[in-house]
Amino acid sequence: MIVRELIASGKFAVLNEDGDKEKTITVPFCCDLLSIAMSKAPAGAAWVTVMGNVNTIAVATLAEVSAVIIAEGMAVDAFALEKAKEQGIIVLATRSPIFETANWIYRRLYE
Amino acid sequence: MSVSIRLSYTVSSDDFTRAGEASSDVKGKLKKLGFSPDVVRRVAIVMYEGEINMVIHASGGKIEVTITEEEIEMRLMDTGPGIADIDMAMQEGYSTAPDAIRTLGFGAGMGLPNMKKYSDEMEIDTKIGVGTTVRMKVVTK
Ligand SMILES: Nc1ncnc2c1ncn2[C@@H]1O[C@H](COP(=O)(O)OP(=O)(O)O)[C@@H](O)[C@H]1O
Ligand SMILES: [Mg+2]
Repeated sequence: MIVRELIASGKFAVLNEDGDKEKTITVPFCCDLLSIAMSKAPAGAAWVTVMGNVNTIAVATLAEVSAVIIAEGMAVDAFALEKAKEQGIIVLATRSPIFETANWIYRRLYE
Repeated sequence: MSVSIRLSYTVSSDDFTRAGEASSDVKGKLKKLGFSPDVVRRVAIVMYEGEINMVIHASGGKIEVTITEEEIEMRLMDTGPGIADIDMAMQEGYSTAPDAIRTLGFGAGMGLPNMKKYSDEMEIDTKIGVGTTVRMKVVTK
């Protein structure tokens, strides 16, 4: 699945779509601690987290994830979105919990 | 053909909005120079953790990076409070980060352990009240 298809699913609110929509989603990845995400998020992962601040975007850039998905209806601050546009990090949002969100993507990828 | 590139960055104090910019810049340059994805990734991890520590625990500082074909050397220098007990600080999970920092997703106490794990060489030179210099190397072969 590519990011464009994830967006087209209609399951997510699109907070920033300026980025590479053709990028392949390799796997969902869940973590809110930046040190762990930084060292463990696989390249191309759809990173599901509740942390919607600018540091999430910095780590997403460094880890080269395909998209950031903010779960649980958590807020993303305006500055983080500005940074996401600048860095080309696609940011989606959902009210669903982290596990359900990641599991939904996982099933799409592997079932 | 041999490369030797020196880069230097200023890390501003308490500026979370810019934290990671130096790491990001170095990462981009290493990619362009054609270093392997593993080397690029390890440099990004250790440098980001070091950069964040300078912002959270010290009052910013300077980073110098030397890139050669054989290795990438990073020197992160701050004039912060210094580290009282390095062995303790190196333990996974040990952190003195305040709650406000934790709510941003930092303060897991995994920065220094990750820097050690993902670099090939790491040396900490620290003095209470004077500052901390962390030198790390990632070997390319
Ligand atoms: N540059 C620094 N200056 C002063 N203290 C530091 C510095 N880097 C790390 N420390 C100390 O070492 C501890 C552990 O660092 P680290 O493993 O990166 O965890 P964290 O940053 O999550 O607290 C920090 O909580 C802090 O007390
Ligand atoms: Mg740290």
